[in-house]
Amino acid sequence: MRHFKTPLAAGLLATSMLAAPFAQADGHYNGVTVEILTRPGPVIAGRLAERGEEFREMTGANIVVNEVPFAEIFQKLLTDWATGTNSIDVGVFASGWGVELVNGGLVENLDPYIAADDQIDIDDIAPYFREFNQKIGGSTYLITVDGDFQMLYYRRDVLEAAGLEPPRTWEDYLEVAAAVHGQDMNGDGEADYGSCIFKKRNAQSYFAIGSVAASFNQTQGTGEGFWFDQETMEPRINNAGWAEAFRLYKATGEYGPPDELNHDIGDTRALVTSGRCALAIDWGDIGPLSIDEGGEAIRDKMGAIIMPGSRRVVDPASGELTDCNDSLCPHAVDGINYAPFAAFGGWAGAINASSDDQVKQAAYDFLSYMNQAAQSNIDVTIGWTGYNPYRNSQLDDTSNWVQAGFSEDFAQNYLGAIKESLNHPNMASDIRIPGAQQYTGVVLDRELARFLADEITAEQALANIEEAWEEITEDFGRDEQAQMYRLGLGITN
Amino acid sequence: MAADLSPSPTGAAQASASLPARSRGERLNEWLDRNARHIFLWPAVVLILVFSIFPLVASLVIAFSRIRLSGGGFQVRFVGWRNFDKQLFGSEQFHFLGTFGPLSLMGWVFGLAVTAGVIWWIAAYLRAGPTFIGTLGRLFPWGLVLGLGWLLSYTALSGRPFGTLLTTYFYVLVGCAIQFVIGMGLAYLCSRAIRGRNFFRVLFFLPLMITPIGIGYTFRMLADTSKGPFSPLWQAAGLGDFSWATDPWAARMFIIIADSWQWIPFVFIMLLAAFENVPRDYSEAASMDGASEWQIFREITWPQIMPVAATVMLIRVIEAFKIVDLPNIMTSGGPGIATESMSLHALFAWRSLDLGQSSAVAYLLLFVTVVTCVSFFNLVVLRRVRS
Repeated sequence: MRHFKTPLAAGLLATSMLAAPFAQADGHYNGVTVEILTRPGPVIAGRLAERGEEFREMTGANIVVNEVPFAEIFQKLLTDWATGTNSIDVGVFASGWGVELVNGGLVENLDPYIAADDQIDIDDIAPYFREFNQKIGGSTYLITVDGDFQMLYYRRDVLEAAGLEPPRTWEDYLEVAAAVHGQDMNGDGEADYGSCIFKKRNAQSYFAIGSVAASFNQTQGTGEGFWFDQETMEPRINNAGWAEAFRLYKATGEYGPPDELNHDIGDTRALVTSGRCALAIDWGDIGPLSIDEGGEAIRDKMGAIIMPGSRRVVDPASGELTDCNDSLCPHAVDGINYAPFAAFGGWAGAINASSDDQVKQAAYDFLSYMNQAAQSNIDVTIGWTGYNPYRNSQLDDTSNWVQAGFSEDFAQNYLGAIKESLNHPNMASDIRIPGAQQYTGVVLDRELARFLADEITAEQALANIEEAWEEITEDFGRDEQAQMYRLGLGITN
Repeated sequence: MAADLSPSPTGAAQASASLPARSRGERLNEWLDRNARHIFLWPAVVLILVFSIFPLVASLVIAFSRIRLSGGGFQVRFVGWRNFDKQLFGSEQFHFLGTFGPLSLMGWVFGLAVTAGVIWWIAAYLRAGPTFIGTLGRLFPWGLVLGLGWLLSYTALSGRPFGTLLTTYFYVLVGCAIQFVIGMGLAYLCSRAIRGRNFFRVLFFLPLMITPIGIGYTFRMLADTSKGPFSPLWQAAGLGDFSWATDPWAARMFIIIADSWQWIPFVFIMLLAAFENVPRDYSEAASMDGASEWQIFREITWPQIMPVAATVMLIRVIEAFKIVDLPNIMTSGGPGIATESMSLHALFAWRSLDLGQSSAVAYLLLFVTVVTCVSFFNLVVLRRVRS
């Protein structure tokens, strides 16, 4: 833990006071360059570059956005910062990855910066993102630029025409997908798909499987977690709930495009926005994409709803799938256990602790500028930015959304689905411990891909994952991992 | 005469006075002459040490270690053979070697056939008068062929998935064979007096100029069965529900097609030069004697281009062992791990910062590459050249 020193705080406070009115073009950061590393644009990176140009005109700071493939962001940052190369000042990445960087003492503690910042309006950031996503061990190390929850999207017109309700469970999902699969949903004369869910290896499929598995495995609230046993760090993955999730996830492919195994999120979104999918799971991006150029086929035809749940959950006593009851599923609604998954957690910026003080201050001011409502309330309504809502003012007020092109109905529906997920007492957290990417992005992703390709059964895949996760836990230290895991689950909405 | 021969004090003084001015240049020249080999050699030696030997040694150290990056540098923990053990016998065995289980009938037949072939090979060598060094050198290819044969029997031929080792060999053996046959055919055609051959020479050479990343994306787009340019044809053929990307063998073959498109030009251009250098006199004389085209190729042209062809294929095989870009772009190693090569295996481990595993896989790749290429050169190329 990096301890805050009073003289430094005073210095930072003074600098920040000077920096506060940077809406005027005073050029007080002339000659300062902030190097940012993130994923390739236009998603995420594109808006950082555009806002960076505005920031340069206001303050003189030169904001340089470096783009690397998604799968290489974390290792490039860790290598750069740990080896003392320090060519990057700010990393914009999944908030969950921050734990390992903070654990290594590589990330600047932002508490003093925030304390001196009168423009960020920190209380407007939704509690989950403010207290859970941005903080590690009680201190703020990250500034959110995007809030992420996976939701279910459905074509209202297609389901209404078929006399179907949006699915509430994963079994419903398969039934609805089967009922509408093969219909022409965009008027081009071609048969379209009942379901579109990305399944490519080394992409985002390990987030999608989390969304399916959570409702089978987490019932007692956010603090329970569904990845590990909190005390022993034994994986809670080799069980009937995860096996069922694997099978359901694979079964959705029967109603999807034939090459879905090679589809990442970009391929899936292209199909959804061209009107070829009746059901899809995605982060918050589909809503704004439907009003972007290219979203005409689905404009005002989409509905959003909390991720489907399950009537059967894993009974800790027997380890088997059991029908929900009051004690087993205290948060169930109509006998259905929901556990909306905060997959990825959202893109957030972290500042290199070894950067120069002036660069760190400029970097913070830029992240604050991105985060402030004046900018972010507009950015989240634009589909191509990849930014989804994370502030109360974005979630409670539909005026910005309507102004951007949403109908009032869809704005209410879309924001309602996000809020329902965000405020759910059984919301499921993503992994936030050192090695998170190895646990999920490598091992879970690979074994899931092998299962989807019929190389192995679900049970073999889960046994392999359990063995490999135990090895990773041993490598990082079981006690330390357990402590970090508990810490990550400590804050509930 | 003796007195004349001895230097007079005056002469000596004159000589010593003129020596420094004259001898500085001479001494420098003499020093340069004496040390010329060092002066020419050392820069190259230093460069090789810094850029080749040091990384090789450093990665060997990493292969036996567990490295964790943290604030202020990294922590290295020596773990012995654990990284290799994990690949060959531990939790990563399925990934590197494949999934083992009971042998199928086909597996037994193939495994025993390979064993019989290797025994015959050993017996033939022993009959021909073995040497100690020769026997020692042949232990590696004998072991490798036997090991790969039984590995294939236990995995693919028994209905189970194989790992990155056999996938890599599939790319090397099948891919290089296709590239050699087509590349040589095109080179042979363009060495003939056909119309527009200069145009075809440029056309066939172009793919080599394109970056592999571009080729990967291009072929992925071309082969997209739902949105690609050939999608209508695909649909019309009734294959709308089939995707190459979801079938392990179709995906592997498609990567080989893209790889061949990229590398056939290399084989083509090298063998074209070889064909052009074959003297026409022999073939013209043979033609006048009534030899067929095939006979002329087999008896006159092939023996003359064989050394070049062997060298080309050696270079190509070494390159093929390192294939990484196309499977990474086209399939990300999927479906499952079906198209993952050893280089991609190492890359994925490196991406997750498991540097020990990554180095271990890289060293295993180095081992199989060296054994295969040295065996190919000694047992095939040199033998044919000598004969």
